[in-house]
Amino acid sequence: MSSFTLEVSDLAGTEALGRRLGPLLFPGAVVALVGQLGAGKTHFTRAVAEGLGVRTPAAVTSPTFTLIHEYPARLPVYHFDAYRLASAREFLDLGTGEYFHGDGVCLVEWADRFPEALPAERLDVRIEIVDAHRRRFEINSHGSRYDQLVNEWVRTESPSVRT
Amino acid sequence: MTYFLALETSCDETAAAVFTDGLTVKSSVVASQTDLHARFGGVVPEIASRAHLRNLLPVIDEAVRKAGITLADVGCVAVHNTPGLVGALLVGVTAAKALAVALGVPLVAVNHVAGHIYACRMAAGRDIFPCLGLVVSGGHTALFRCDTALSLNLLGGTRDDAAGEAFDKVAAILGLGFPGGPAVEREAAAGDPKAFAFPRAFASDPRLEFSFSGLKTAVLYACHGQDVRQATPPPPGKKRADLAASFQEAVVDALAVKCRQALEQTGLTRLAVGGGVSANKRLRAKLQAACDRAGAELFIPPMNLCTDNAAMAALAVEKWRVGQFAPPDLDAEPNFIGS
Repeated sequence: MSSFTLEVSDLAGTEALGRRLGPLLFPGAVVALVGQLGAGKTHFTRAVAEGLGVRTPAAVTSPTFTLIHEYPARLPVYHFDAYRLASAREFLDLGTGEYFHGDGVCLVEWADRFPEALPAERLDVRIEIVDAHRRRFEINSHGSRYDQLVNEWVRTESPSVRT
Repeated sequence: MTYFLALETSCDETAAAVFTDGLTVKSSVVASQTDLHARFGGVVPEIASRAHLRNLLPVIDEAVRKAGITLADVGCVAVHNTPGLVGALLVGVTAAKALAVALGVPLVAVNHVAGHIYACRMAAGRDIFPCLGLVVSGGHTALFRCDTALSLNLLGGTRDDAAGEAFDKVAAILGLGFPGGPAVEREAAAGDPKAFAFPRAFASDPRLEFSFSGLKTAVLYACHGQDVRQATPPPPGKKRADLAASFQEAVVDALAVKCRQALEQTGLTRLAVGGGVSANKRLRAKLQAACDRAGAELFIPPMNLCTDNAAMAALAVEKWRVGQFAPPDLDAEPNFIGS
């Protein structure tokens, strides 16, 4: 497992972080996003999608009600939201298994609601609210491909990063 | 007279309706709103295509029975095939294709969002086009230029959360329960809408876009100060009511301002509103005021036509009249594409 934490001072920092993650993702990658209301999970996802070359990043919106959004990009982006689901069964009923083993990149908001429904190998991104603008990111990898990804990612981030 | 059988499975609701080419609704059945579940011996699960699979045939049977017809009387099958959850949409699309083939009748595909606006036409009982369309629900918040019932051009939408989603999440922050729309509206009734100066995104900007994510965060901070990490919902009282009222006012203001701007920019003189959030009384009042100022006419259908249902697929009648039939290999299209 590789990990690092990083604090960003504003929304632009969150977006820059997401944009740098995008190009590092591979077909079948799963990113589990955790953080309370207003932490910036959707903003971060939009930036990752931008980093993956989504044509209109502004079209990336919250899938809380619609559950899954799909965006064409260098790799297809599948944006999930478990916020209003009641059980892991409902989450699996969305066909998440097929998406997780598909050709695109999956980003799952509120991933901590059903950890048992997530693949064992994945990237965990936890966003903590520090104050009205600052956010602390805790990144943890599970599986060798994600360890490698985190090691590459950390090289592109600022020196305040610890691994 | 031709009978239409319409199916809706784009998100949570499994629904079927029967209407005529004269736009008379003969029946409209929504799984979660009926006691149909007694027939399957349990509560109807609200989410996922598996639930649609289980609910759809009984819902179709019920719609046909309530309309007082048999399947053999159906002259056209209609289905919402976009936008929505692909697995959910596919249940309705597949059933509709099979029904059309089995009955030897045409199939018409309808855009769910266009259907929300067409519900205003249904309720008005007269032509409302051209009009400005506002669809405001848990999953959508968008403005459309509707030159005809079949021509929908997206003018702008939300950059992040839909308005209905903002209501639900703020209801969670304030500990008001689910569904958030009615809960916040009830709480807001006792509050001061000017107690907190919450942001109205893009209010002084001519672009026709919405953003409710920053508003949600602003409520979080107004509620808890800097201690949001140990946040527990506030107790009932003046502050909670003020937060609800001020939040609601900010959402409603943002929607009304953008409608007024859109009416001015497009020169349209009618505003048609659809989606569950249009049940909000404060929104109705503010939209009425915005329309009065702009010299426009406001159309909002009754509640049973605002939320997801299959009768709003009566837009199919317009397509049927001009021979816009769906191909036998019709597919579900999850992303919104203007018609």
